[in-house]
Amino acid sequence: MARRGPLVGEFFMNGDIACAEGGISAGCRFFAGYPITPATEVAERMAARLPEVGGTFIQMEDELGSMAAILGASWAGVKSMTSTSGPGFSLMMENLGLGIMLETPCVVANIQRAGPSTGLPTLTGQGDMMQARWGSHGPYSIIALCPSSPQECYYLTIKAFNLSEQYRLPVLVMADEIVGHMSEKVVIPPPEDIPLTPRRQPTTPPGEYVPFQPDEDLVPPMANAGDGYRFHVTGLTHDERGYPVMTAAAQDKLVRRLIDKIEVNKADIIEIEEDGTEDADVIVCSYGISARVSQYAVELARGEGIKVGMLRLITVWPFPEERIRQLARQTKTFIVPEINSGQIVLEVERCAGGKAETLLLPHMGGSAHRPETILEAIRSAVK
Amino acid sequence: MHRDEIVIGGLGGQGIVLAGYIMGKAAALFDKKNSTHTQDYGPEARGGACRTQVVISDDPISYPYIDNPSVLAVMSQGAYNTYSPTMRPDTMLLIDEDMVKPEKSKDTRIFTIPATRIAQELGRAAVANIVMLGFITAVSQVVSRDAMKQAVLESVPKGTEELNTKAFDRGYAHGLEQLTPSEGKGK
Repeated sequence: MARRGPLVGEFFMNGDIACAEGGISAGCRFFAGYPITPATEVAERMAARLPEVGGTFIQMEDELGSMAAILGASWAGVKSMTSTSGPGFSLMMENLGLGIMLETPCVVANIQRAGPSTGLPTLTGQGDMMQARWGSHGPYSIIALCPSSPQECYYLTIKAFNLSEQYRLPVLVMADEIVGHMSEKVVIPPPEDIPLTPRRQPTTPPGEYVPFQPDEDLVPPMANAGDGYRFHVTGLTHDERGYPVMTAAAQDKLVRRLIDKIEVNKADIIEIEEDGTEDADVIVCSYGISARVSQYAVELARGEGIKVGMLRLITVWPFPEERIRQLARQTKTFIVPEINSGQIVLEVERCAGGKAETLLLPHMGGSAHRPETILEAIRSAVK
Repeated sequence: MHRDEIVIGGLGGQGIVLAGYIMGKAAALFDKKNSTHTQDYGPEARGGACRTQVVISDDPISYPYIDNPSVLAVMSQGAYNTYSPTMRPDTMLLIDEDMVKPEKSKDTRIFTIPATRIAQELGRAAVANIVMLGFITAVSQVVSRDAMKQAVLESVPKGTEELNTKAFDRGYAHGLEQLTPSEGKGK
């Protein structure tokens, strides 16, 4: 029995499948990918579902091709995504930069496993957080979201599509193997209850269209190929017409806008979750599966009478600097558990600016932290 | 805060992960509780060590892992050897008696079923996991019978519903026989 549209109702599904269903609900109708543990289930689900909703699934020759294909699909006017992990994410970096330079809406889901290199294919990691920010060459800004549950994999994939259309860039969903492979209840609302951001179409007649002339919020409208608008796209530094201009001045104008369109709209983009941070002596700041283990440790510590807050980063890039700066003035210590050797902790420390102590709880990958490791760090911080 | 922690262990190919998934689904969708299902497996398609964990709670579940299960069901000697040291004094231990020889232990409640043999009698060894699920449902009562049956029917391949229903019922009936009246026989 073929299902013909987005699912509606309550389901028990893992994070990978929820991510794929989020794409379907968001209107994604093109997926190009290459299977890789632990992200394969995203592609597998898309291969089954896209034909049911009139979409296209292509298994590409590799991740370079996958990234290139979703950019092309987006320029043809179709919402597109891919999914990968570790080594595949590295291979996508060059064309991710192309997507940023061409201001191409699309979504990349990275179900992180432990690296470097092939690492631990079936086991978790959070080691790609800085790669998400800086992995492609040159200066740019990016948006990256971190789900902590299958429900959030669903919701944040929709949000990623909306942000990618709003700000015209590839948006990253940075899940991890545990969240990707864990099954929980996922509620999928009816399509009419899911707000979707449509592509910003040109309002000028075809003859007057200037493809990279931005609106007030620094984002240019985007014509679809074949709609009668002439445009030229290139990874070279270009002017508002899209033609290459090889000067420092053109570079400054373009790259500054690519960064500023994210930076000036940060307040609208950033989503965080706080619990008991206002009067906390110590705040645990984390994301993804690590935030769930942290939440458990925070509850244990509260049972011992410790005033401890929880700050969960849902948007990791752009980084919620303002809020961390504020909290640094009213708390004594930030504890940052993450499944890497210390990445997001560098941002927390930068924003704390010496006003509060910052303590890293690293984990090299393969499992989540032990809750008692975090609990012990909380206890030590208030001693 | 009530939290049931169920670990099912066995070999890849026995349907261990599917059994855990069905249990989690039954609790979340049909008993309307919170549940989280996780799995560990190796690169082998069959024969490797395999474990599934299901946490069921009335409250939201932040930590999805189980250190000391309240219910441990094992379908291979290797799984028994690996996971039985994690049992607490009140852990219910459920074993496939033809696959596992437990050490004598007086402070743990042991429940035994020839799950694989029953499945073979029904014509398909592959439904041993569903026999075990019926058994776990009767003995542990962590999920209601109706919820589990519904989840089984929604999760097994089309055309195998009757066989799986029989497998579940056989396991369930065997479980009821093992319970003392004080442990809720006939509930």
